[in-house]
Amino acid sequence: MNTTALMTLIIFLPALGALFLAFCDRKAEDFLKIFSLIITFLTFLLTLQLYVQFDPEIGGMQMVSTRPWIGTWNINYQLGVDGISLPLVLLTSLISMLSMLASWNITKQLKGYLILFLLLETGMLGVFLSLDFFLFFVFWEVMLLPMYFLIGIWGGPRKEYAAIKFFLFTLTGGVLMLIAILMFYFFSGRSFDLLYLAKVGQGAVSGYSFPPVVQVTAFILLFIGFAIKLPAVPFHTWLPDAHVEAPTPISMILAGVLLKMGGYGIIRIAFPLCPYGAQQAAWWLVVIGVISIIYGAFAAMSQTDFKRLVAYSSVSHMGYVLIGLAIWKISEPAGAAGSPNSAYWHMGINGALFQMLAHGISSAGMFFIVGVIYDRVHHRDLNRFGGLSQSMPLYTGLAAGIFFAGLGLPGLCGFIGEAFVVINTWNYDPLMAVIAASGVILTAAYILWAIQRVFLGPEYLGPHADGIVPITPRETTIAGTLLFFAILLGICPFIMFDIMVPATEALVEALNQGYHRAQGVAAALLEKQVPSPL
Amino acid sequence: MNTQLLVQSLIDETTQTSLSCFAPELALCATVVVLLLVRLFNLDRGVPTWMYAMVGAVVAGGLTCLQYLEIKHTQGDVFETFFTGLLVFDQFTVFFRLFLLLFLIFVIALTVLSGIPDNEDGPDFYTLLLGSTIGMMLMVSANHLLILFLGVEMTSVPSYVMVGFLKGRRTSSEAALKYVVYGAGAAGVMLYGISLLAGLLGTGTLLDPNGAPVLAERFDLLVAGQAATGISSPLMRIVVLGILFVMVGLAFKLSVVPFHFWCPDAFEGASAEVAGFLSVASKAAAFGLLVRFCLAFAGGEMEAIRELQLSMGIGLGVIAAITATFGNLAAYAQTNMKRLLAYSTIAHAGYMLMAIAALLVVLGDPGNSGGAGRQAVRCIEGLLYYLFVYLFMNLGAFAVVALIRNHIYSEEIDDYAGLARETPAACVCMLVCLFSLIGMPPFGGFFAKMMIFVSVFEAGAVHWSMWIVLVIAGVNTVFSLFYYMRVLQAMFLADRPDGRPSVELSFGSLPAGYLLTVCIPILLLGMSPLMSVISSAAQDVASVVIR
Repeated sequence: MNTTALMTLIIFLPALGALFLAFCDRKAEDFLKIFSLIITFLTFLLTLQLYVQFDPEIGGMQMVSTRPWIGTWNINYQLGVDGISLPLVLLTSLISMLSMLASWNITKQLKGYLILFLLLETGMLGVFLSLDFFLFFVFWEVMLLPMYFLIGIWGGPRKEYAAIKFFLFTLTGGVLMLIAILMFYFFSGRSFDLLYLAKVGQGAVSGYSFPPVVQVTAFILLFIGFAIKLPAVPFHTWLPDAHVEAPTPISMILAGVLLKMGGYGIIRIAFPLCPYGAQQAAWWLVVIGVISIIYGAFAAMSQTDFKRLVAYSSVSHMGYVLIGLAIWKISEPAGAAGSPNSAYWHMGINGALFQMLAHGISSAGMFFIVGVIYDRVHHRDLNRFGGLSQSMPLYTGLAAGIFFAGLGLPGLCGFIGEAFVVINTWNYDPLMAVIAASGVILTAAYILWAIQRVFLGPEYLGPHADGIVPITPRETTIAGTLLFFAILLGICPFIMFDIMVPATEALVEALNQGYHRAQGVAAALLEKQVPSPL
Repeated sequence: MNTQLLVQSLIDETTQTSLSCFAPELALCATVVVLLLVRLFNLDRGVPTWMYAMVGAVVAGGLTCLQYLEIKHTQGDVFETFFTGLLVFDQFTVFFRLFLLLFLIFVIALTVLSGIPDNEDGPDFYTLLLGSTIGMMLMVSANHLLILFLGVEMTSVPSYVMVGFLKGRRTSSEAALKYVVYGAGAAGVMLYGISLLAGLLGTGTLLDPNGAPVLAERFDLLVAGQAATGISSPLMRIVVLGILFVMVGLAFKLSVVPFHFWCPDAFEGASAEVAGFLSVASKAAAFGLLVRFCLAFAGGEMEAIRELQLSMGIGLGVIAAITATFGNLAAYAQTNMKRLLAYSTIAHAGYMLMAIAALLVVLGDPGNSGGAGRQAVRCIEGLLYYLFVYLFMNLGAFAVVALIRNHIYSEEIDDYAGLARETPAACVCMLVCLFSLIGMPPFGGFFAKMMIFVSVFEAGAVHWSMWIVLVIAGVNTVFSLFYYMRVLQAMFLADRPDGRPSVELSFGSLPAGYLLTVCIPILLLGMSPLMSVISSAAQDVASVVIR
């Protein structure tokens, strides 16, 4: 299949579905739901087709297609996929499909919900597939709008507060990113092409370069923008509110896909475009990551709201992503690619990417598990649960599996990413590695404690005890699928590593070279500034 | 040259070039006359009065289109001065004429749908509307300081009356009075500025028939003999004062801080249709005029003029930043939708003024004499694109206010609670407009804003203060989120309280069709290949005025 058409269809099929829905009768609820589900399913199939056509041997970007969009401004409609974005595209379409299936209980203004949902999917897929910074930014912000309303209309009691907070944080990040975009545009001789900008940033284009000051400034701006999405402490405060207030399917998307965009943005844009800035900031990034892990874990442990616990666990887990990306140690002279340090960093990046996938599956699953019980008993107070294993055995089994995946139990997906990251952090800074590793213990503590409080103990007699019914086949399908992927990735991580490794290898090499070039420039500048002895 | 020859050449010029260049305005003038006669001969009984206005506007628009096509087929740039050099005819003029007439047609259509004015008042209202538009068209083709003043006044006077058009309402009269007093003050100051400039430079002409900047040349002559040509030298002080005073008059039209006080009151008092008209058309015309005025000083040879432009640019940048910030912060406290939109208009004037500031800074770049042209073109291109999107997004917002008002008899934000369930069409339209006003992709407002940000960023390379302006502009985008979202929050997130009047504005109805027509361009200007067409057209227009 023509790759341009394929990628365009992947991005815009949900939007077309939304357009079609707009003309449908709002009373035909079953039809609307099934139609939307089919759309998300077709999108998933299309992304699988993309996977089939993808050549894992190639490290760089492939299937790149460029069409001029706004000629006078050198803005192109440029799409492409590589080993970093492909897994995330698959994750996005999978999670979207499952959370559409999880939306069956939505009754309020169903038509509007489905339209916004599909528009959101278009935005998410567009972010992962676009290779033009302008296009990327457009998709990035396009997600905001549906998300605001999905939280604001279909959310919990404090939905308005949560929705505006989410909007405000992300828009702030967007504005910072926009300023960085302008800097790149100006210093690259008017280009939005991410591939070209990366070359300029790595000093591989003669005539244009991003000076060290620009690299550091732009990296900080971009990093704040992405760290808000990631979320990293101290930019995380929107997340517990948004997650808790959002309806279950939207929480799944938020945790499963939206948070990944922060990590994706850092590895796709912030690092390649400003290697010098990234290297300068690397230590701080690791520190922020470690703080996120520990802070998120402690915060999760102190929650009494089940959903809030899961939300804080996301903060904690995404800390590993940040660390894995940032353990970039440089001690060799220029051109020493393949040295131990860059090999460790390479594995750290792989671990971080894998952690993104694992977290996408496990946290979406955890939010779904919380949603299932919330639908039945209409509360999420951990202290009033207990004994669900007796009345809902199948549910308990699925839940335990998914929670263990989140915990990082070997054999499940969560383990691989965390282990890769922590092992390779040792080379960067043993102290950080120790602290990050101790986060695993805290994670185990809060998750096991939560399982104990919710599922074990005497039979549940709390509020709405009569509402407890066994898990339905639809719910089993969703949780089962997620658990299946959690196990699959835990046992066969190479499915994803095979795709990722060539891409990350090429990236690591390019960045090492780019840093050394930029450092040469910086050193020359510094020499100029040092006053000659009189 | 004897008198007869003089008269003869005047007649020749008028009949051969001026009248054809002036055709759209003439069509509007004729319509005004017809409208005044309509009631005299009871013609308004058979055909509704808006028909006359609409036909006039469409004919004027058609004539402008013809002019546009003619220019399109001419090789090279078209530049003509007419009416003895008082007015100028080029792409820039035609662009703004098209813009204003398109907007006029939209406004007339809106007044038909919303029923203000009724058929009884129709002739008066449309006379004022058309008269004001003629004034704006004069403003954008002004080539003389006198026309600058005349255009501004001709625009303002009918606006005063239109603001007070809802005769029975106290707020309306109050608004009109405030507007008049402010307008008169600003006009006086501006006239004084004009007299200073014309007195000092010995001319009021901006460009001569060959396109050479007369004011700038005279300025060069003036400075040439002077020892001290810094901003603080006595001569320069007078020039600066003159420019500043002229700017005051324009700042009043643009509602730039600190000359914005009339704006919220006038908008609240006026009907939403009039407020929408004023917020877009008079602003666009004032920006067109401001560009012409600022460029009149471009192209001089002396260093002093560069210095002047640079400091004017920085000053305008500061004012723009203050205006945007003030508008956004003040809007936050509003409960009335029209007042909120008035402050948003102020904020947007600030954003657009940044483009002018960037233009002046780029032109005043002391080190760069050759490459400034391209950057300057980008500044104006951004401004034009912004204006074009602004037309639709602001008109859309005011149109929703007007159409909803007819059902719920209120313009308070609180009364919009839960409207999304009753009239999704109007609310979605409002959503598109407001998000575009915030500057969110994929709506047109984003790309327009980005274009201006890019030019401000580039101007920052000339003078660092523009980077600060850029940061303030960015921060403002976040500020503006709050109050726009408050409206949408009321519409979409809140529940409709019981007992409120219901709104019947279904998707198929005519008003909804109108709103859709206004909204679709906002989307197209934000995410379609049309952006390429419009931006390159804007670039062409901009490159004509930069010489």
